[in-house]
Amino acid sequence: MKQLKWLSYPYIFWMILFIIVPLILVFIFSFTTGDIRLNGDFQFSIENFQRFFDPLYLKVLGKSVNLALKSTIICLLLGYPMAMIISRENIKKRNVMILLFVVPMWMNFLLRTYAWMTLLGKNGVLNFLIKKLGFTPLNFIYNDNAVLLGMVYNFLPFMVLPIYSVLIKMDRSLIEAAEDLGANKVKVFLKIIFPLSLPGVVSGFTMVFMPALSTFVISRLLGGGQYMLIGNLIEQQFLWTGDWHFGSAISIIMMAFILIGMAITSKFDKEKEGGGLW
Amino acid sequence: MSKFLKKIYTILIFIFLYAPIVVLIVFSFNNSKSRGSWNGFTLKWYIELFKNEEIMKALYYTIIIAVLSAIISTIIGTFAAIGIYNMNYLSKKVALNINYLPVLNPDIVTAVSLMTLYRFMNIQLGFLSMLLSHITFCIPYVILSVLPKLKQLNRHLAEAAMDLGATPFYALRKVIIPEIMPGIVTGALMAFTLSIDDFVISFFNTGSGVTNLSITVYSMARRGIKPEINALSSLMFLTVLVLLLIINKRTTKDLEKRGDIA
Repeated sequence: MKQLKWLSYPYIFWMILFIIVPLILVFIFSFTTGDIRLNGDFQFSIENFQRFFDPLYLKVLGKSVNLALKSTIICLLLGYPMAMIISRENIKKRNVMILLFVVPMWMNFLLRTYAWMTLLGKNGVLNFLIKKLGFTPLNFIYNDNAVLLGMVYNFLPFMVLPIYSVLIKMDRSLIEAAEDLGANKVKVFLKIIFPLSLPGVVSGFTMVFMPALSTFVISRLLGGGQYMLIGNLIEQQFLWTGDWHFGSAISIIMMAFILIGMAITSKFDKEKEGGGLW
Repeated sequence: MSKFLKKIYTILIFIFLYAPIVVLIVFSFNNSKSRGSWNGFTLKWYIELFKNEEIMKALYYTIIIAVLSAIISTIIGTFAAIGIYNMNYLSKKVALNINYLPVLNPDIVTAVSLMTLYRFMNIQLGFLSMLLSHITFCIPYVILSVLPKLKQLNRHLAEAAMDLGATPFYALRKVIIPEIMPGIVTGALMAFTLSIDDFVISFFNTGSGVTNLSITVYSMARRGIKPEINALSSLMFLTVLVLLLIINKRTTKDLEKRGDIA
């Protein structure tokens, strides 16, 4: 079958043109300055990166990392028990429950976030219920918590699925052996179940942290027009301010953060197997 | 007691997952424009939806781009998977790692990098740039769903065909492709749904009045909430549900078939 190697050549050309070259271009843009309208008139400079160290931008980065970490941890705390409960069910019920978990995920991401606007908004459903009960309406939307909620809602399945797929593959006899040897439930969990499920936790962690760090939709819709996360900053530079050089530098910084995150988490993932979801 | 707690927890999580969707569907039948009150059942938003030119145009582009990018990425991706599978160890590893880049990279980075490319090549942002971008992020998923089928394929089958006088192309058409067909179909369905669902990459790489549904929802949601979007959401949810059930049925059938052989 070696004769069939050439079948991949069109895609190799495609990959070079549409994957490699664009990334190289972003890299070049980040290390140059110049006017985007005058093609080719760029000078090498690290000004874009220096500019990022302005407290204004560092605060945006800090807020993004903070929110992404918080949402990842909440997803883990909510998702791990859920994955465990599902994995203990019989196969038929299990599959139905997982399907139910996946269905909302397949609904358009924008619509899911928009749905929360309907629920949390000033004249939204929650405030309507609160008013009916005789309380004063609360301010749910356009703050950090709304953004956090949007992230947890959108990315929770990314945490549950990898943990679940590790848990169902786990050898039950190990748990039984530990129980026979006198370990209580807490000990079995801490010494057997949790360590063995780490690969799933790790891939869940990256799969939630990454989109949470780079989102600009959730922050725009649930955080309001003035809300700035690092994704919004990139959007602003490319679409409104027109400073592609600075925008590229921010993209490179964001990629660096994600690579660091992946490197740290893969340290814990000794078996390199991950959840096997993708 | 703990069984009871587990049940409560499961129910709460599922309420959390489905509450927004249920609210959208319910309010798509609400006669009042405001979300705060229920004013009787109506189908008028569904009629308004089909009269709304902005939404209809976006729907048209969404479907055209999804169909085209599914077809093109399935063809390129299937051939690429077969080619990559037959490479030697090192080039296979390099090719698969590059293939993984759009999957691993945050959407926004893929989006701005493609935007820079079009700028550099002087391609006007619009239909073509959006289509090329969609094909670019769909192909990796096609390859990832075809490759496992190639691993299951008996290598000697194609070799036997060629020993018996089939040209490599004939063996490909008559032996390999039919064997990996389930993977190809899954890949195509995945490409189609990914393309329909995409927002970030489309948002950065479109122009000249070409939009898709996600972009329309985004701009409408920023301007204020329109009941037509609720109707649109319900219809899209239904479509996705049907597609998902079809895919699910295919995979369970696949599992059963494998079970029969074993």
